[in-house]
Amino acid sequence: MTTPLDPGLLMLLGTILILLVVASIAGWALGRMVRSDAARATMANVNARIRAWWVMAGVFAATLAAGFTWSILLFGLVSFLALREFVTMAPTRPGDHRPLAWSFFVVLPLQFALVWAGWYGLFSILIPVYVSIFVAVRAVMAGDTQRFLERAAVTQWGLTICVYFVSCVPALLTLRIPGFEGQNARLLFFLVFVVQLSDVLQYVWGKAIGRRPLASSISPNKTWEGLVGGVLCATAAGTALWWATPFTPVQAAALAFTIGVMGCAGGLIMSAIKRDRGVKDYGTLLPGHGGMLDRIDSLCFAAPVFFHLTRYFFAR
Amino acid sequence: MIATAVSGAVHLLSGPGVEWRCAPNSDAQRIYFANHASHLDFVVIWAALPPEGRRLVRPVADRRYWEHHAVRRRLARQVFNAILVDRGCAPDVSPQEAARATTTRICGGMGDRHSLILFPEGTRSLTGEIGAFKSGLYFLARCRPEVELVPVHLWNLHRILPKGEWLPLPMLSRVIFGAPLTLRPGEEKSAFLERARAAVVALGDAA
Repeated sequence: MTTPLDPGLLMLLGTILILLVVASIAGWALGRMVRSDAARATMANVNARIRAWWVMAGVFAATLAAGFTWSILLFGLVSFLALREFVTMAPTRPGDHRPLAWSFFVVLPLQFALVWAGWYGLFSILIPVYVSIFVAVRAVMAGDTQRFLERAAVTQWGLTICVYFVSCVPALLTLRIPGFEGQNARLLFFLVFVVQLSDVLQYVWGKAIGRRPLASSISPNKTWEGLVGGVLCATAAGTALWWATPFTPVQAAALAFTIGVMGCAGGLIMSAIKRDRGVKDYGTLLPGHGGMLDRIDSLCFAAPVFFHLTRYFFAR
Repeated sequence: MIATAVSGAVHLLSGPGVEWRCAPNSDAQRIYFANHASHLDFVVIWAALPPEGRRLVRPVADRRYWEHHAVRRRLARQVFNAILVDRGCAPDVSPQEAARATTTRICGGMGDRHSLILFPEGTRSLTGEIGAFKSGLYFLARCRPEVELVPVHLWNLHRILPKGEWLPLPMLSRVIFGAPLTLRPGEEKSAFLERARAAVVALGDAA
Protein backbone atom coordinates (compact mmCIF):
# COMPACT_ATOMS: atom_id res chain seq x y z
CA MET A 1 0.00 0.00 0.00
CA THR A 2 2.74 2.46 -0.88
CA THR A 3 1.86 5.77 -2.45
CA PRO A 4 4.59 6.67 -4.90
CA LEU A 5 4.61 10.12 -6.43
CA ASP A 6 2.97 9.32 -9.75
CA PRO A 7 3.20 11.85 -12.60
CA GLY A 8 -0.34 13.10 -11.91
CA LEU A 9 0.47 13.85 -8.31
CA LEU A 10 3.69 15.59 -9.33
CA MET A 11 1.65 17.83 -11.61
CA LEU A 12 -0.71 18.64 -8.76
CA LEU A 13 2.17 19.50 -6.45
CA GLY A 14 3.72 21.59 -9.24
CA THR A 15 0.49 23.58 -9.40
CA ILE A 16 0.78 24.30 -5.68
CA LEU A 17 4.35 25.43 -6.18
CA ILE A 18 3.27 27.88 -8.87
CA LEU A 19 0.36 29.14 -6.73
CA LEU A 20 2.70 29.74 -3.81
CA VAL A 21 5.26 31.55 -5.95
CA VAL A 22 2.53 33.79 -7.38
CA ALA A 23 1.06 34.42 -3.92
CA SER A 24 4.48 35.27 -2.46
CA ILE A 25 5.28 37.74 -5.23
CA ALA A 26 1.82 39.32 -5.03
CA GLY A 27 2.03 39.53 -1.22
CA TRP A 28 5.47 41.11 -1.39
CA ALA A 29 4.38 43.65 -4.04
CA LEU A 30 1.14 44.55 -2.22
CA GLY A 31 3.06 44.89 1.04
CA ARG A 32 5.23 47.56 -0.60
CA MET A 33 2.33 49.33 -2.29
CA VAL A 34 -0.06 49.87 0.63
CA ARG A 35 0.23 53.10 2.62
CA SER A 36 -2.17 53.05 5.59
CA ASP A 37 -1.10 51.39 8.84
CA ALA A 38 -4.14 49.12 8.92
CA ALA A 39 -3.51 47.85 5.40
CA ARG A 40 0.16 47.34 6.21
CA ALA A 41 -0.79 45.26 9.25
CA THR A 42 -3.18 43.20 7.12
CA MET A 43 -0.49 42.58 4.52
CA ALA A 44 2.06 41.64 7.21
CA ASN A 45 -0.44 39.05 8.45
CA VAL A 46 -1.16 37.81 4.91
CA ASN A 47 2.57 37.48 4.19
CA ALA A 48 3.12 35.59 7.44
CA ARG A 49 0.34 33.25 6.35
CA ILE A 50 1.92 32.75 2.93
CA ARG A 51 5.27 31.89 4.52
CA ALA A 52 3.52 29.38 6.75
CA TRP A 53 1.85 27.94 3.63
CA TRP A 54 5.29 27.22 2.20
CA VAL A 55 6.18 25.27 5.30
CA MET A 56 2.89 23.36 5.36
CA ALA A 57 2.93 22.57 1.64
CA GLY A 58 6.54 21.42 1.92
CA VAL A 59 5.84 19.11 4.83
CA PHE A 60 2.70 17.77 3.13
CA ALA A 61 4.46 17.07 -0.18
CA ALA A 62 7.45 15.46 1.52
CA THR A 63 5.16 13.22 3.54
CA LEU A 64 3.13 12.12 0.53
CA ALA A 65 6.41 11.31 -1.22
CA ALA A 66 7.66 9.35 1.78
CA GLY A 67 4.63 7.09 1.60
CA PHE A 68 1.85 5.46 3.58
CA THR A 69 3.44 5.01 7.00
CA TRP A 70 4.90 8.51 7.08
CA SER A 71 1.57 10.03 6.12
CA ILE A 72 -0.05 8.25 9.05
CA LEU A 73 2.71 9.41 11.38
CA LEU A 74 2.34 13.01 10.18
CA PHE A 75 -1.40 13.09 10.79
CA GLY A 76 -0.85 11.30 14.10
CA LEU A 77 1.40 14.19 15.09
CA VAL A 78 -1.15 16.73 13.81
CA SER A 79 -3.77 14.95 15.90
CA PHE A 80 -1.52 15.03 18.98
CA LEU A 81 -0.85 18.76 18.65
CA ALA A 82 -4.54 19.47 18.06
CA LEU A 83 -5.67 17.45 21.08
CA ARG A 84 -3.02 19.16 23.18
CA GLU A 85 -4.43 22.56 22.26
CA PHE A 86 -8.01 21.39 22.76
CA VAL A 87 -7.33 20.04 26.26
CA THR A 88 -5.35 23.16 27.21
CA MET A 89 -8.37 25.41 26.73
CA ALA A 90 -10.93 22.86 27.97
CA PRO A 91 -12.38 23.31 31.48
CA THR A 92 -11.01 20.09 32.96
CA ARG A 93 -10.58 19.19 36.63
CA PRO A 94 -8.04 16.97 38.42
CA GLY A 95 -10.48 14.05 38.02
CA ASP A 96 -9.93 14.21 34.24
CA HIS A 97 -6.21 13.62 34.49
CA ARG A 98 -6.34 9.85 34.05
CA PRO A 99 -8.98 9.72 31.28
CA LEU A 100 -6.96 12.33 29.40
CA ALA A 101 -3.72 10.42 29.92
CA TRP A 102 -5.43 7.36 28.37
CA SER A 103 -6.66 9.54 25.51
CA PHE A 104 -3.23 10.92 24.67
CA PHE A 105 -1.07 7.88 25.20
CA VAL A 106 -3.35 4.95 24.30
CA VAL A 107 -6.43 6.00 22.31
CA LEU A 108 -4.62 8.32 19.90
CA PRO A 109 -1.84 5.87 18.92
CA LEU A 110 -4.37 3.04 18.73
CA GLN A 111 -6.64 4.93 16.35
CA PHE A 112 -3.78 5.64 13.96
CA ALA A 113 -2.50 2.08 14.29
CA LEU A 114 -5.94 0.93 13.14
CA VAL A 115 -5.62 3.17 10.08
CA TRP A 116 -2.23 1.65 9.42
CA ALA A 117 -3.61 -1.86 9.78
CA GLY A 118 -6.54 -0.98 7.51
CA TRP A 119 -9.01 -2.34 10.08
CA TYR A 120 -11.96 -0.21 9.03
CA GLY A 121 -14.51 -1.99 11.24
CA LEU A 122 -12.79 -1.08 14.49
CA PHE A 123 -11.35 2.21 13.23
CA SER A 124 -14.85 3.58 12.64
CA ILE A 125 -16.33 2.66 16.02
CA LEU A 126 -13.39 2.70 18.44
CA ILE A 127 -13.91 6.29 19.59
CA PRO A 128 -17.70 6.64 19.17
CA VAL A 129 -18.42 3.41 21.06
CA TYR A 130 -15.64 1.93 23.16
CA VAL A 131 -13.62 5.00 24.06
CA SER A 132 -16.65 7.15 24.81
CA ILE A 133 -17.73 4.59 27.39
CA PHE A 134 -14.23 4.00 28.71
CA VAL A 135 -13.22 7.61 29.33
CA ALA A 136 -16.53 8.31 31.07
CA VAL A 137 -16.10 5.28 33.33
CA ARG A 138 -12.51 6.24 34.09
CA ALA A 139 -13.67 9.73 35.05
CA VAL A 140 -16.39 8.24 37.27
CA MET A 141 -13.78 6.14 39.02
CA ALA A 142 -11.82 9.29 39.82
CA GLY A 143 -14.80 10.15 42.00
CA ASP A 144 -15.29 13.80 41.11
CA THR A 145 -18.89 14.55 40.10
CA GLN A 146 -18.60 18.30 39.87
CA ARG A 147 -19.68 19.38 36.35
CA PHE A 148 -19.38 15.72 35.36
CA LEU A 149 -21.69 15.89 32.33
CA GLU A 150 -19.82 18.85 30.88
CA ARG A 151 -16.40 17.32 31.48
CA ALA A 152 -17.30 13.93 30.03
CA ALA A 153 -18.67 15.67 26.95
CA VAL A 154 -15.53 17.77 26.59
CA THR A 155 -13.22 14.74 26.65
CA GLN A 156 -15.42 12.87 24.21
CA TRP A 157 -15.69 15.74 21.78
CA GLY A 158 -11.99 16.49 21.97
CA LEU A 159 -11.26 12.91 20.95
CA THR A 160 -13.89 12.99 18.20
CA ILE A 161 -12.64 16.21 16.61
CA CYS A 162 -8.91 15.95 17.20
CA VAL A 163 -8.39 12.20 16.82
CA TYR A 164 -11.30 10.51 15.04
CA PHE A 165 -11.91 13.20 12.44
CA VAL A 166 -8.21 13.82 11.80
CA SER A 167 -7.54 10.09 11.38
CA CYS A 168 -10.01 10.08 8.48
CA VAL A 169 -7.47 12.04 6.40
CA PRO A 170 -4.77 9.33 6.18
CA ALA A 171 -7.54 6.70 6.15
CA LEU A 172 -8.18 7.83 2.57
CA LEU A 173 -4.95 6.02 1.68
CA THR A 174 -6.47 2.69 2.73
CA LEU A 175 -9.52 2.81 0.45
CA ARG A 176 -9.58 0.19 -2.31
CA ILE A 177 -11.06 1.88 -5.36
CA PRO A 178 -11.18 -0.29 -8.52
CA GLY A 179 -8.92 1.13 -11.24
CA PHE A 180 -7.33 3.64 -8.82
CA GLU A 181 -4.85 1.36 -7.06
CA GLY A 182 -1.68 3.02 -5.83
CA GLN A 183 -2.99 6.53 -6.49
CA ASN A 184 -4.84 7.23 -3.26
CA ALA A 185 -2.42 10.01 -2.33
CA ARG A 186 -4.32 12.07 -4.91
CA LEU A 187 -7.51 11.72 -2.86
CA LEU A 188 -5.68 13.12 0.13
CA PHE A 189 -4.37 15.92 -2.03
CA PHE A 190 -7.88 16.62 -3.40
CA LEU A 191 -9.34 16.92 0.11
CA VAL A 192 -6.59 19.10 1.58
CA PHE A 193 -6.34 21.30 -1.52
CA VAL A 194 -10.08 21.95 -1.85
CA VAL A 195 -10.61 22.58 1.85
CA GLN A 196 -7.69 25.01 2.15
CA LEU A 197 -8.48 26.78 -1.12
CA SER A 198 -12.08 27.14 0.00
CA ASP A 199 -10.88 28.69 3.27
CA VAL A 200 -8.68 31.20 1.49
CA LEU A 201 -11.32 32.07 -1.12
CA GLN A 202 -14.03 32.52 1.51
CA TYR A 203 -11.69 34.98 3.22
CA VAL A 204 -10.94 36.79 -0.04
CA TRP A 205 -14.58 36.96 -1.20
CA GLY A 206 -15.65 38.02 2.28
CA LYS A 207 -13.10 40.86 2.34
CA ALA A 208 -14.05 41.91 -1.20
CA ILE A 209 -17.86 41.94 -1.17
CA GLY A 210 -18.93 40.47 2.19
CA ARG A 211 -21.95 42.19 3.77
CA ARG A 212 -24.32 39.77 5.45
CA PRO A 213 -22.65 37.95 8.34
CA LEU A 214 -23.24 34.19 8.59
CA ALA A 215 -23.25 34.25 12.37
CA SER A 216 -22.28 37.71 13.58
CA SER A 217 -21.92 36.69 17.23
CA ILE A 218 -19.30 34.08 16.34
CA SER A 219 -17.16 35.29 13.51
CA PRO A 220 -17.44 38.76 11.98
CA ASN A 221 -15.18 37.63 9.12
CA LYS A 222 -17.52 34.92 7.83
CA THR A 223 -20.22 36.23 5.50
CA TRP A 224 -22.80 34.68 3.18
CA GLU A 225 -21.10 36.32 0.21
CA GLY A 226 -17.76 34.85 1.29
CA LEU A 227 -19.28 31.41 1.77
CA VAL A 228 -21.06 31.34 -1.58
CA GLY A 229 -18.17 32.87 -3.55
CA GLY A 230 -15.50 30.80 -1.81
CA VAL A 231 -17.30 27.48 -1.98
CA LEU A 232 -18.34 27.97 -5.62
CA CYS A 233 -14.79 28.87 -6.67
CA ALA A 234 -13.35 25.96 -4.70
CA THR A 235 -15.96 23.72 -6.31
CA ALA A 236 -14.84 24.92 -9.73
CA ALA A 237 -11.20 24.23 -8.82
CA GLY A 238 -12.13 20.79 -7.48
CA THR A 239 -14.06 20.02 -10.65
CA ALA A 240 -11.04 20.97 -12.72
CA LEU A 241 -9.08 18.32 -10.81
CA TRP A 242 -11.48 15.49 -11.73
CA TRP A 243 -8.88 13.89 -14.04
CA ALA A 244 -6.67 13.21 -11.03
CA THR A 245 -9.44 11.47 -9.07
CA PRO A 246 -11.64 8.41 -9.49
CA PHE A 247 -14.61 10.78 -9.92
CA THR A 248 -16.43 12.11 -12.98
CA PRO A 249 -16.50 15.92 -13.28
CA VAL A 250 -20.02 16.06 -11.81
CA GLN A 251 -19.06 13.80 -8.90
CA ALA A 252 -15.89 15.83 -8.30
CA ALA A 253 -17.99 19.01 -8.24
CA ALA A 254 -20.48 17.54 -5.74
CA LEU A 255 -17.69 16.32 -3.46
CA ALA A 256 -15.72 19.57 -3.66
CA PHE A 257 -18.92 21.48 -2.85
CA THR A 258 -19.55 19.23 0.17
CA ILE A 259 -15.95 19.68 1.34
CA GLY A 260 -16.27 23.47 1.11
CA VAL A 261 -19.54 23.60 3.06
CA MET A 262 -18.29 21.17 5.74
CA GLY A 263 -15.09 23.19 6.03
CA CYS A 264 -17.06 26.38 6.64
CA ALA A 265 -19.17 24.57 9.24
CA GLY A 266 -16.01 23.36 10.94
CA GLY A 267 -14.57 26.86 11.04
CA LEU A 268 -17.76 28.20 12.65
CA ILE A 269 -17.96 25.41 15.23
CA MET A 270 -14.34 25.80 16.28
CA SER A 271 -14.78 29.59 16.49
CA ALA A 272 -17.83 29.12 18.70
CA ILE A 273 -15.75 26.97 21.06
CA LYS A 274 -13.07 29.66 21.17
CA ARG A 275 -15.70 32.32 21.93
CA ASP A 276 -17.14 30.15 24.67
CA ARG A 277 -13.74 29.67 26.28
CA GLY A 278 -12.71 33.30 25.76
CA VAL A 279 -9.56 32.62 23.73
CA LYS A 280 -8.57 34.15 20.40
CA ASP A 281 -6.40 31.36 19.06
CA TYR A 282 -5.87 27.77 20.16
CA GLY A 283 -2.09 28.15 20.11
CA THR A 284 0.89 29.89 18.58
CA LEU A 285 2.38 27.15 16.46
CA LEU A 286 2.58 29.00 13.14
CA PRO A 287 3.03 32.77 12.85
CA GLY A 288 -0.17 34.28 11.40
CA HIS A 289 -2.09 31.02 11.67
CA GLY A 290 -2.52 30.62 15.43
CA GLY A 291 -2.31 27.03 16.58
CA MET A 292 -2.76 23.68 14.90
CA LEU A 293 -6.51 23.64 15.59
CA ASP A 294 -6.94 27.10 14.09
CA ARG A 295 -5.34 25.78 10.95
CA ILE A 296 -7.13 22.47 10.61
CA ASP A 297 -10.60 23.42 11.90
CA SER A 298 -12.19 23.12 8.47
CA LEU A 299 -10.19 20.02 7.52
CA CYS A 300 -11.35 18.26 10.70
CA PHE A 301 -14.99 18.47 9.72
CA ALA A 302 -14.59 17.95 5.97
CA ALA A 303 -12.40 14.84 6.30
CA PRO A 304 -14.86 12.35 7.85
CA VAL A 305 -17.65 13.31 5.44
CA PHE A 306 -15.41 13.13 2.38
CA PHE A 307 -13.91 9.85 3.61
CA HIS A 308 -17.25 8.15 4.18
CA LEU A 309 -18.86 9.44 0.98
CA THR A 310 -15.90 8.26 -1.07
CA ARG A 311 -15.85 4.93 0.70
CA TYR A 312 -19.59 4.37 0.31
CA PHE A 313 -19.88 5.32 -3.35
CA PHE A 314 -16.51 4.42 -4.84
CA ALA A 315 -14.58 1.90 -2.76
CA ARG A 316 -14.93 -1.82 -3.03
CA MET B 1 23.32 14.88 26.16
CA ILE B 2 20.92 14.01 28.94
CA ALA B 3 20.37 17.74 29.31
CA THR B 4 19.34 18.06 25.64
CA ALA B 5 17.06 15.03 25.89
CA VAL B 6 15.37 16.36 29.01
CA SER B 7 14.79 19.80 27.52
CA GLY B 8 13.43 18.17 24.33
CA ALA B 9 11.01 16.04 26.32
CA VAL B 10 9.82 19.09 28.26
CA HIS B 11 9.07 20.93 25.02
CA LEU B 12 7.19 17.99 23.50
CA LEU B 13 5.05 17.39 26.55
CA SER B 14 4.32 20.85 27.78
CA GLY B 15 5.29 22.96 24.76
CA PRO B 16 6.30 25.93 26.89
CA GLY B 17 5.83 29.34 25.37
CA VAL B 18 8.64 31.41 26.84
CA GLU B 19 8.33 35.13 27.34
CA TRP B 20 11.13 37.37 28.60
CA ARG B 21 10.35 40.77 30.05
CA CYS B 22 13.96 41.22 31.07
CA ALA B 23 17.20 40.37 29.27
CA PRO B 24 17.60 36.56 29.10
CA ASN B 25 21.32 36.87 29.64
CA SER B 26 22.88 38.81 32.47
CA ASP B 27 26.33 39.22 33.92
CA ALA B 28 24.81 39.42 37.39
CA GLN B 29 23.94 36.34 39.38
CA ARG B 30 20.20 35.82 39.57
CA ILE B 31 17.62 34.16 41.73
CA TYR B 32 14.67 33.02 39.62
CA PHE B 33 11.69 32.64 41.95
CA ALA B 34 8.43 31.16 40.71
CA ASN B 35 5.05 29.84 41.71
CA HIS B 36 5.08 26.10 42.36
CA ALA B 37 2.49 23.57 41.20
CA SER B 38 4.28 20.50 39.87
CA HIS B 39 7.46 18.48 39.89
CA LEU B 40 8.08 19.69 36.35
CA ASP B 41 8.35 23.32 37.41
CA PHE B 42 12.06 23.72 37.79
CA VAL B 43 12.82 21.62 34.70
CA VAL B 44 10.50 23.88 32.71
CA ILE B 45 12.28 27.02 33.93
CA TRP B 46 15.64 25.39 33.41
CA ALA B 47 14.74 24.39 29.84
CA ALA B 48 13.57 27.96 29.11
CA LEU B 49 16.94 29.49 30.00
CA PRO B 50 19.60 30.18 27.36
CA PRO B 51 22.32 27.46 27.28
CA GLU B 52 24.80 29.62 29.18
CA GLY B 53 22.28 30.35 31.91
CA ARG B 54 21.32 26.68 32.03
CA ARG B 55 24.90 25.69 32.78
CA LEU B 56 25.22 28.15 35.65
CA VAL B 57 21.82 27.81 37.30
CA ARG B 58 21.22 25.62 40.33
CA PRO B 59 17.72 24.70 41.48
CA VAL B 60 17.01 24.65 45.19
CA ALA B 61 15.12 21.44 45.83
CA ASP B 62 13.81 19.21 48.57
CA ARG B 63 16.45 16.70 49.62
CA ARG B 64 13.97 14.05 50.68
CA TYR B 65 12.29 13.95 47.25
CA TRP B 66 15.41 14.14 45.09
CA GLU B 67 17.51 11.67 47.03
CA HIS B 68 14.63 9.22 47.21
CA HIS B 69 15.88 6.99 44.44
CA ALA B 70 18.91 6.52 42.24
CA VAL B 71 17.66 8.05 38.97
CA ARG B 72 16.45 11.22 40.65
CA ARG B 73 19.64 11.50 42.67
CA ARG B 74 21.72 11.20 39.50
CA LEU B 75 19.59 13.76 37.67
CA ALA B 76 19.69 16.19 40.57
CA ARG B 77 23.45 15.96 41.01
CA GLN B 78 24.83 15.50 37.52
CA VAL B 79 22.35 17.15 35.18
CA PHE B 80 20.68 19.89 37.19
CA ASN B 81 23.42 20.45 39.75
CA ALA B 82 20.75 21.02 42.39
CA ILE B 83 21.27 22.44 45.86
CA LEU B 84 19.37 19.99 48.03
CA VAL B 85 17.97 21.34 51.29
CA ASP B 86 15.91 19.86 54.10
CA ARG B 87 12.41 21.18 54.52
CA GLY B 88 11.13 21.74 58.01
CA CYS B 89 13.63 21.18 60.82
CA ALA B 90 14.81 18.54 63.19
CA PRO B 91 13.11 18.58 66.64
CA ASP B 92 16.27 19.60 68.47
CA VAL B 93 16.94 22.68 66.30
CA SER B 94 15.05 25.96 66.56
CA PRO B 95 13.32 27.17 63.35
CA GLN B 96 15.49 30.28 63.28
CA GLU B 97 18.65 28.23 63.45
CA ALA B 98 17.42 25.86 60.76
CA ALA B 99 16.54 28.79 58.49
CA ARG B 100 19.96 30.35 59.08
CA ALA B 101 21.71 27.08 58.30
CA THR B 102 19.68 26.62 55.10
CA THR B 103 20.35 30.19 53.97
CA THR B 104 24.07 29.75 54.56
CA ARG B 105 23.99 26.50 52.67
CA ILE B 106 22.21 28.03 49.67
CA CYS B 107 24.44 31.12 49.68
CA GLY B 108 27.44 28.83 49.73
CA GLY B 109 25.97 26.86 46.83
CA MET B 110 25.61 30.05 44.79
CA GLY B 111 29.26 30.91 45.16
CA ASP B 112 30.22 33.85 42.98
CA ARG B 113 28.92 32.58 39.65
CA HIS B 114 25.83 30.42 40.03
CA SER B 115 22.20 31.50 39.78
CA LEU B 116 19.29 29.86 41.58
CA ILE B 117 15.81 28.58 40.85
CA LEU B 118 13.67 28.86 43.95
CA PHE B 119 10.04 28.21 44.83
CA PRO B 120 9.28 30.48 47.80
CA GLU B 121 5.89 28.90 48.51
CA GLY B 122 7.82 25.85 49.69
CA THR B 123 5.17 23.43 48.47
CA ARG B 124 3.13 22.69 45.38
CA SER B 125 -0.25 24.35 44.98
CA LEU B 126 -3.15 22.03 44.11
CA THR B 127 -5.31 24.58 42.33
CA GLY B 128 -2.73 26.78 40.65
CA GLU B 129 -3.45 29.54 43.16
CA ILE B 130 -0.29 31.15 44.50
CA GLY B 131 0.19 30.77 48.26
CA ALA B 132 2.08 32.92 50.76
CA PHE B 133 5.87 33.08 50.34
CA LYS B 134 8.15 31.65 53.01
CA SER B 135 11.02 33.68 54.37
CA GLY B 136 13.88 32.02 52.47
CA LEU B 137 13.79 34.49 49.59
CA TYR B 138 14.09 37.40 52.03
CA PHE B 139 17.05 35.92 53.86
CA LEU B 140 18.81 35.22 50.57
CA ALA B 141 18.14 38.75 49.33
CA ARG B 142 19.60 40.14 52.53
CA CYS B 143 22.61 37.86 52.43
CA ARG B 144 23.32 38.60 48.73
CA PRO B 145 21.98 42.14 48.04
CA GLU B 146 23.77 42.45 44.67
CA VAL B 147 21.88 39.50 43.18
CA GLU B 148 19.00 40.13 40.71
CA LEU B 149 15.72 38.64 41.92
CA VAL B 150 13.75 37.62 38.82
CA PRO B 151 10.05 36.78 39.30
CA VAL B 152 8.85 33.92 37.09
CA HIS B 153 5.25 32.95 36.43
CA LEU B 154 4.48 29.37 35.42
CA TRP B 155 1.10 29.00 33.74
CA ASN B 156 -0.92 25.76 33.55
CA LEU B 157 1.68 23.49 35.17
CA HIS B 158 -0.77 22.45 37.88
CA ARG B 159 -2.92 20.82 35.20
CA ILE B 160 -0.02 19.16 33.39
CA LEU B 161 1.33 17.28 36.39
CA PRO B 162 -0.87 17.83 39.47
CA LYS B 163 0.25 16.81 42.91
CA GLY B 164 -0.33 13.08 43.30
CA GLU B 165 -0.07 12.18 39.59
CA TRP B 166 3.00 10.64 37.99
CA LEU B 167 2.27 10.95 34.29
CA PRO B 168 2.39 14.46 32.80
CA LEU B 169 -0.37 15.38 30.34
CA PRO B 170 0.69 17.06 27.12
CA MET B 171 -0.73 20.56 27.42
CA LEU B 172 0.52 23.99 26.50
CA SER B 173 2.21 25.93 29.25
CA ARG B 174 3.88 29.29 29.54
CA VAL B 175 6.93 30.59 31.35
CA ILE B 176 7.04 34.35 31.86
CA PHE B 177 10.16 36.02 33.20
CA GLY B 178 9.53 39.45 34.73
CA ALA B 179 11.70 42.47 35.49
CA PRO B 180 14.19 41.90 38.36
CA LEU B 181 13.47 43.14 41.90
CA THR B 182 15.88 44.05 44.66
CA LEU B 183 15.44 44.32 48.38
CA ARG B 184 14.84 48.00 49.25
CA PRO B 185 16.90 49.49 52.06
CA GLY B 186 15.09 48.94 55.34
CA GLU B 187 12.24 46.96 53.76
CA GLU B 188 10.33 44.76 56.21
CA LYS B 189 10.36 41.02 55.64
CA SER B 190 6.61 40.69 55.22
CA ALA B 191 6.37 43.71 52.91
CA PHE B 192 9.17 42.39 50.73
CA LEU B 193 7.69 38.90 50.53
CA GLU B 194 4.27 40.30 49.62
CA ARG B 195 5.83 42.50 46.93
CA ALA B 196 7.71 39.51 45.51
CA ARG B 197 4.56 37.39 45.49
CA ALA B 198 2.55 40.18 43.87
CA ALA B 199 5.18 40.39 41.10
CA VAL B 200 4.73 36.69 40.29
CA VAL B 201 0.93 36.98 40.39
CA ALA B 202 0.92 40.07 38.16
CA LEU B 203 2.94 38.34 35.45
CA GLY B 204 0.16 35.76 35.23
CA ASP B 205 -2.61 38.36 35.03
CA ALA B 206 -1.03 39.99 32.00
CA ALA B 207 -0.59 36.63 30.25
